[in-house]
Amino acid sequence: MNWLADFFGDAAHWSGPDGIPARLLEHLGYSAAAFLVAALIAVPLGMLIGHTGRGALLVVVAANAARALPTLGLLVLVVLLAGVGTVLPVLVPLIVLAVPPILVNTYEGLRGVDADLRDAAYGMGLRGRQVLFRTLTPVALPLILLGLRLSAIQVVSTATVAAFVGLGGLGRFIIDGLATKAYSSVIGGAVLVAALALAVQFGFLLLDRVVVSPGVRQTR
Amino acid sequence: MIEEPLVRWDWIARNWDSGSPSAISTLLENHVVTAFLPVLLGLVVALPLGLACARWRWLYQPTAALMNVTYSLPSLVLFSIFLSVTGLTRATVVIPLTFFALAVLIPAVVDGLASVPDPVRQSAVAMGFRPARRLLRVELPVAVPVVLAGLRIATVSSISLVSVGALIGQGGLGNLFIDGWQRQFYTPIVVGIALIVLLAVLADGLLVLAQRLLTPWSRARSAA
Repeated sequence: MNWLADFFGDAAHWSGPDGIPARLLEHLGYSAAAFLVAALIAVPLGMLIGHTGRGALLVVVAANAARALPTLGLLVLVVLLAGVGTVLPVLVPLIVLAVPPILVNTYEGLRGVDADLRDAAYGMGLRGRQVLFRTLTPVALPLILLGLRLSAIQVVSTATVAAFVGLGGLGRFIIDGLATKAYSSVIGGAVLVAALALAVQFGFLLLDRVVVSPGVRQTR
Repeated sequence: MIEEPLVRWDWIARNWDSGSPSAISTLLENHVVTAFLPVLLGLVVALPLGLACARWRWLYQPTAALMNVTYSLPSLVLFSIFLSVTGLTRATVVIPLTFFALAVLIPAVVDGLASVPDPVRQSAVAMGFRPARRLLRVELPVAVPVVLAGLRIATVSSISLVSVGALIGQGGLGNLFIDGWQRQFYTPIVVGIALIVLLAVLADGLLVLAQRLLTPWSRARSAA
């Protein structure tokens, strides 16, 4: 606990470009950018695959491969290949890792919708696209949100590791602390990242409450 | 930018079994142990805990919530926290990874037991199975596919997550990433990624095989 007091009690940690607020903003910035790009790729693609049933094998393979890919290795390799010093190359592996959970859950969500429901929607005269947006998507929303949540948490975690290849963000406290054996910084950084991850988790649970239709929630 | 081939085979040949602690084969061995120990420990703990949660449902909600929280913590965060307790030892990586494995395995065990159809359970009761024997001979075997699905996820993630431990010097093959980064040298990084993915694919394949052997009835049914 002394370490925590050392870290959070130090006024120097609260201002300037390597203070907690600046690092937190950086972390949020990178994470949000990577997450948004990933969501913009994965949600439409997952909906397309889930609705048409085409390319399902690709999704399964991508999901398994992504789980096996070591984050740190991918980061180091991409950054070395692209050249050190810019932010963009770091975002690439973040996006690569963020896409599969969204893709898989969107796909699974749409696939998992009761076939009777789908048929009923067609029977009521809805067209393909209307069925997708008005029937399938609302019913699949809990799973889609789960995918987004898993992905967001993954991005926040990986952005921490990205401090190793020179990215800013909260990971800096951990990585720099490890390098200089300043354990108060390591622990302080760890606590901050943990709090951020939990806040993301909580935020998505809250979002789930707000956007999922009450009817869908009841039948779960 | 480095003017370097992506893979230098002579480096791999020289460092595969060089006898030093940073030889690739030694790192591979370390990696396997550090990755499988948490899954094994996780399974040993998750089975009784999962059974307890399935038996007393009120236990499940808080357990699941706790596991959910654990799972959302970045691995590096848990490694850092345990660093102050267990120091630069293998335990600092193994303990957090065990928690991650538990977060996947406990729900898998609970869902697996819930997947046992009620008629099956009732038939077992009617045939005179006592609870303990019914669990061992009927319920757990029927739960195998769901539990193994969880085990596959836990194993593959564990194999990949060990490499983050390299940041505290306990990363098995992940140490190759640090090495490659510090020397701006692609080959160790590529070797590390390739071996980790290979290891994951291999372990996953073995678990699929295990599932086929443990549930011969599922094949008989699909063939019929």
